[in-house]
Amino acid sequence: MTAPGATAVATAQFDPGATWRLHPQVALRPEPFGALLYHFGTRKLSFLKNTVIVAVVRSLGEHDSVRDALRAHGIDENAERPYLHALRTLADSHMIVPA
Amino acid sequence: MTSLLEPPVTSAPPKVGRLVDQFEKGLDAPICLTWELTYACNLSCVHCLSSSGKRDPRELSTEQCKAIIDELQRMQVFYVNIGGGEPTVRSDFWELVDYATEHQVGVKFSTNGVRIDKKVAARLAASDYVDVQISLDGATAEVNDAVRGPGSFAMAVRALENLSEAGFRDAKISVVVTRENVDQLDEFKALADKYGATLRITRLRPSGRAVDVWDDLHPTHEQQRQLYDWLVAHGEGVLTGDSFFHLSAFGGEGGGSLPGLNLCGAGRVVCLIDPVGDVYACPFAIHDNFHAGNILTDGGFASVWKNSELFRQLREPQSAGACSSCNFFDACRGGCMAAKFFTGLPMDGPDPECVQGYGQSALEGERTVPQSSVDHSRTGKRAERRTPQAPVPLTLLTKPPAKFCDENPLAGL
Amino acid sequence: MSDRDNAVIESELIEESLVEEVSIDGMCGVY
Repeated sequence: MTAPGATAVATAQFDPGATWRLHPQVALRPEPFGALLYHFGTRKLSFLKNTVIVAVVRSLGEHDSVRDALRAHGIDENAERPYLHALRTLADSHMIVPA
Repeated sequence: MTSLLEPPVTSAPPKVGRLVDQFEKGLDAPICLTWELTYACNLSCVHCLSSSGKRDPRELSTEQCKAIIDELQRMQVFYVNIGGGEPTVRSDFWELVDYATEHQVGVKFSTNGVRIDKKVAARLAASDYVDVQISLDGATAEVNDAVRGPGSFAMAVRALENLSEAGFRDAKISVVVTRENVDQLDEFKALADKYGATLRITRLRPSGRAVDVWDDLHPTHEQQRQLYDWLVAHGEGVLTGDSFFHLSAFGGEGGGSLPGLNLCGAGRVVCLIDPVGDVYACPFAIHDNFHAGNILTDGGFASVWKNSELFRQLREPQSAGACSSCNFFDACRGGCMAAKFFTGLPMDGPDPECVQGYGQSALEGERTVPQSSVDHSRTGKRAERRTPQAPVPLTLLTKPPAKFCDENPLAGL
Repeated sequence: MSDRDNAVIESELIEESLVEEVSIDGMCGVY
């Protein structure tokens, strides 16, 4: 295997005001409960636990910022904490990367 | 322009709970699976889970294999662990590996190292999405070759050297833990470090040819404790394939589970496709009782995965049976069904290696050990199998046997 | 806090979190 690429880059600070996107080496497989994400480079598997977070993750690249994406899916300031925590976890595993 | 529609009202989404709970019900497609490409093998390891040796004349063709890969792609199976027998003896091995990776199916292949020369190592180092797992069962030739046959240690180490020199990163060394090698865990780790590889240790199940040697080779109770303690102290960076969840009970109440899902994935998130297209719950359960269907006669792999009666049963909540009163049931889940089945123990009772000792008492009682009719061993005489034969030179194995009963690998040449 | 309390809390945290990660090597039944 060649270097996975993702691990060659230091983890970007997770900034919800910036534009992010799904890493191109990640496969997203919808499931009834949410989705499975598999990173072909790092070989990590992540499990998204509701369909809203799945929709947010899929749409990240279409919004100027993570916060915009959350709002577009009905997640306001009061509800955003668990979503931001989840997205930060995904950023730490390079499942999502700065666009 | 501002939308006149209200943004969607999101009531708190239902709690999904743990990943493990979802997986136990089974998914619409496997996450990954084992695919044994051939029953042919140049070695005759005493504990071979697939009783490999002779090629089966009904082995799937290249086109049939590609059709399976197409299905796996459609189902979004993330990767396949290709094994056998020795998968690299198939002349279409590389064609199939390339086809898989070109169709979004990652590949790890499990090999004894026979074909990993410098040229192959260079090819692997240059490719993405292909991982290599070298099988080894001793950190020294003495311990390894007693199980895998003369020269097998040297062959595996040569493969590791070739991969390392070619710049291949992070090969896996896969070790089945036995009574004879459990004292070598530190040496295995050192070997992995030396070649820039990752150590993977897994459980010896009494499956395939191992049914004959399990009583003598499986770790003792004290050695299981030793293994558990080693994993807790040194197991970071060591893979286990989640195969030691039955040891979690050593951790005491409320803690001590090893990393992993601590779940039997058979028929739920993983399964086996064998060289003739038979689908089994897992590679340690090649037996009629765990046969889910055949891809050729049951409408393809997706159809077997979704509609198999066996899998439907496995995806239902499993009863704890005799283990229901045990405090550690949550951690060990009754252990491994293949381990129970091939030691002749009841499926709803303790694992033969239950750390509370319930399995030991069961082993001492009356039991009938089942044999599998799926046996491709080169020697039919069970007594001879306890000593591994010398490796068969590869040139003899490329031609498929004319008939099933051709014991002699030279037949037809 | 006892080990049991810690384990219960950790389990609850996993249940409430929207993401769970696992190694693809970490499921039993594949070689």
